[in-house]
Amino acid sequence: MSNWIRVAPLSEFPQLGARVVRHEGKEIAVFRNAGEDVFAINDKCPHKGGPLSQGIVSGNTVTCPLHGMNICFEDGMAQAPDEGCVGTYPVKVEEGVVFLQI
Amino acid sequence: MKKIKLVMVGNGMAGVRTIEELLKLAPDMYDITVFGAEPHGNYNRIMLSPVLSGEQTIKDIMLNDVDWYQQNGITLHLNKKINRIDRKNRVVYAEDGTFAEYDRLILATGSNPFILPVPGKDLDGVIGFRDIHDVDAMIDASHKHKHAVVIGGGLLGLEAANGLLLRGMDVTVIHIAEWLMERQLDRTAARLLQKSLEEKGLKFLLQKETELIAGKDGKVSAVRFKDGSEIPADLVVMAVGIRPNTALAESAGIHCNRGIVVNDTMQTYDPRIYAIGECVSHRGIAYGLVAPLFEMAKVCANHLAEMGIGRYVGSVTSTKLKVTGVDLFSAGNFSGGANTEDIVLSDPVGGVYKKLVIQDNKLVGACLYGDTVDGAWYFQLLREGRNVSDIRDHLMFGQNHLGDGGHAGQNKAAAMTDEMEVCGCNGVCKGDIVKAIKEKGLFTLDDVKKHTKAASSCGSCSGLVEQILSSTLGGDYSATPAVKPICGCTERTHDEVRAAIRDHKLLSIPDTMKFLEWRTPDGCATCRPALNYYLISTWPGEAKDDAQSRFVNERVHANIQKDGTYSVVPRMWGGKTTAADLRRIADVADKYAVPMIRVTGGQRIDLFGIKKEDLPGVWADLDMPSGHAYGKALRTVKTCIGSEFCRFGTQNSTQMGIDLEKAFWKMWAPHKVKFAVSGCPRNCAEAAIKDVGIIGVDSGWEIYVGGNGGIKTEVAEFLVKVKTAEEVLEYSGAFIQVYREEARYLDRTVHWIQRVGMDYVKKRVLEDEAGRKALYQRLLHALSVEKDPWKERATEGVAKHEFEILSV
Repeated sequence: MSNWIRVAPLSEFPQLGARVVRHEGKEIAVFRNAGEDVFAINDKCPHKGGPLSQGIVSGNTVTCPLHGMNICFEDGMAQAPDEGCVGTYPVKVEEGVVFLQI
Repeated sequence: MKKIKLVMVGNGMAGVRTIEELLKLAPDMYDITVFGAEPHGNYNRIMLSPVLSGEQTIKDIMLNDVDWYQQNGITLHLNKKINRIDRKNRVVYAEDGTFAEYDRLILATGSNPFILPVPGKDLDGVIGFRDIHDVDAMIDASHKHKHAVVIGGGLLGLEAANGLLLRGMDVTVIHIAEWLMERQLDRTAARLLQKSLEEKGLKFLLQKETELIAGKDGKVSAVRFKDGSEIPADLVVMAVGIRPNTALAESAGIHCNRGIVVNDTMQTYDPRIYAIGECVSHRGIAYGLVAPLFEMAKVCANHLAEMGIGRYVGSVTSTKLKVTGVDLFSAGNFSGGANTEDIVLSDPVGGVYKKLVIQDNKLVGACLYGDTVDGAWYFQLLREGRNVSDIRDHLMFGQNHLGDGGHAGQNKAAAMTDEMEVCGCNGVCKGDIVKAIKEKGLFTLDDVKKHTKAASSCGSCSGLVEQILSSTLGGDYSATPAVKPICGCTERTHDEVRAAIRDHKLLSIPDTMKFLEWRTPDGCATCRPALNYYLISTWPGEAKDDAQSRFVNERVHANIQKDGTYSVVPRMWGGKTTAADLRRIADVADKYAVPMIRVTGGQRIDLFGIKKEDLPGVWADLDMPSGHAYGKALRTVKTCIGSEFCRFGTQNSTQMGIDLEKAFWKMWAPHKVKFAVSGCPRNCAEAAIKDVGIIGVDSGWEIYVGGNGGIKTEVAEFLVKVKTAEEVLEYSGAFIQVYREEARYLDRTVHWIQRVGMDYVKKRVLEDEAGRKALYQRLLHALSVEKDPWKERATEGVAKHEFEILSV
């Protein structure tokens, strides 16, 4: 498996923020935490489909902007007592550039 | 690293709550062992009454079953009573020889029912009302026998009596005092209570002192009193009070004085040993309700986790009786005294009695019978110690619930059926909430919000949910604390955080979190927006506005909609527009195929369904300033047409609105801020329900503040009458600046005024002229550093990354 897709330099991802990556009509939220780590999940909250990329990020969790469900973007799981999950994608940073596997 | 050994003696609610709190704070710090004398996991002791009455089963009231201990790696010893502590070698021993070494020990030994020292107290059939074993014994007796006698007419005794009555027994309650529940109720309320319980079938013997309990063949047969009279009894329940269980602590030489004496961090005189719950004496008080015990648990866990900032400083408790169909509430000093004043409403025929006790302009006690809707509100006033002189005239009539929307005018939770909707935002019915409280062991409003989503959106049903909590849990529910931490990331309150930012000139979120020892590395979606606001409002131009700590709407400068598109509201000063502006709006709507155009309630035009990546283009083409319709900021200044055209108008309200809007736009605030200006007292601009409402009269302008037309309708209060437009700007600006500087994040003006009182607002804005001018200048300075966010993004490329999608 070497189908890594180059996305953009890490510097274009705000700390504690996200960018939306569009691939074949599908929207993927690529998050960056307070450090250099990036994570990729489907940009769709399991609750009512809210754009997770637009939420407030803290730790490795994002709060959905629509109704406040908290999703961990490391494993895609909703935080208790809420239930649900979103799909995740492999993502890596090499020489300051973010790559994504779809 | 080797884990620290923590042993807990006692497996009740206070102790297990401490462990739960500790696991949240420091999951891997301790190796935990728990000893319980009963054969069960941790159950909800306050729900024993409904189990007795048959409304619930033991299974329903389990809080932590045996699996829970296993899942959390806790060693649990059930049925093992610890009878010795070897403090020198730090080991505890159980009766059967089981032992455990400790580095830290928690004593959570609870309390024992006080058994009257009368002859016959050891007869078969004489029991207390304390645990599952007692309840089983009572249920068993109710199957076989007829006559039950409950000694003690307090909270516990009445609940036991009610349960036995529902189990079909003939129940007499014996009470030594002149009236029932004398520690919670005054004479009048107690009479009403007694009458209603008598109607249910309970019998009462007051001012009776038990001399002895007579028996036959070792079994109880009657209760005899000091006056010589006697009544038959097959079961005697002693509910005359509880005594902290200090035997173990005393045997280990730990200082006790009507309870194990602890300090504000819940440590005993041996600092390795903590004590918690009903067994302790804190500042001379032993508590028997759950709410204070949970507060203690938080502090104890905080200290064990070596956070070291929590202190327990005592609790004010309230009481509610868990007897279906009886509504009573009491809190604080309800009987009054030499320096107190009473306000009383008494309607014995209607079955309503309310007494409020006031001292030094503060509510210090409340006793309600029959109508307890406002209990939670009185309790809040009492704990906050708010000066009530300005609301004294309508204090007795409670908080005005008439303006609440979304729950069909209901304001009495007790009168609602299970199918009725409580939370109109998330469609949660009363039955769902009651079920969640019982099955999931919820105790606080926050618990209910998390598990049911009720009251988690607009919050207008919070009062109803608190009522449901208190009627389901009785006096044991944990009322929302008067001053609570901002969120779970810190112990600090809003006011403490503000003060630290001001006094220590903190200029960034990371600095503030570091200085105040935040528990989480970068906060959460609750605290970060609050911190960001406090920083930029305290140090305008110096603190950096952190986009990542703003809710999406304020980061993107548009309102997110349910489908992820945005709406755009350009500013129209004072509601006035021009043909050219309207034409540009129409062109933008065509160019970007805007699916919906709508006139707002604030005299502006809203364009819906805009894609995020189109926002900068839309703004550039509109070439109009941001309306801030998305922000905790100055929204609209609504106006009527005023004297320029209206035959009734006394002042040029449209121009006044334009002047105000041009002066104060771009203003961030703790919450959204709405202004309105009407040109005459007909008030067509609805100024009475705005944060600041101006009404023109022939001789000048009247300024009203603290109105609200939203979740709960609140009418603005008169602040001052001024003569000139300049004065309108200065007074209203100074008012809004005090609010900006002192209100808590997400307080609307009305909530803040309700807390600090209108007298305070008048003192700052009216009486202190120099202070008013300084406030106004500070507001103008804060506004001078703000730019039009749309223009920056449309033409200067600010935050470009925000609006670009990366296509791969």
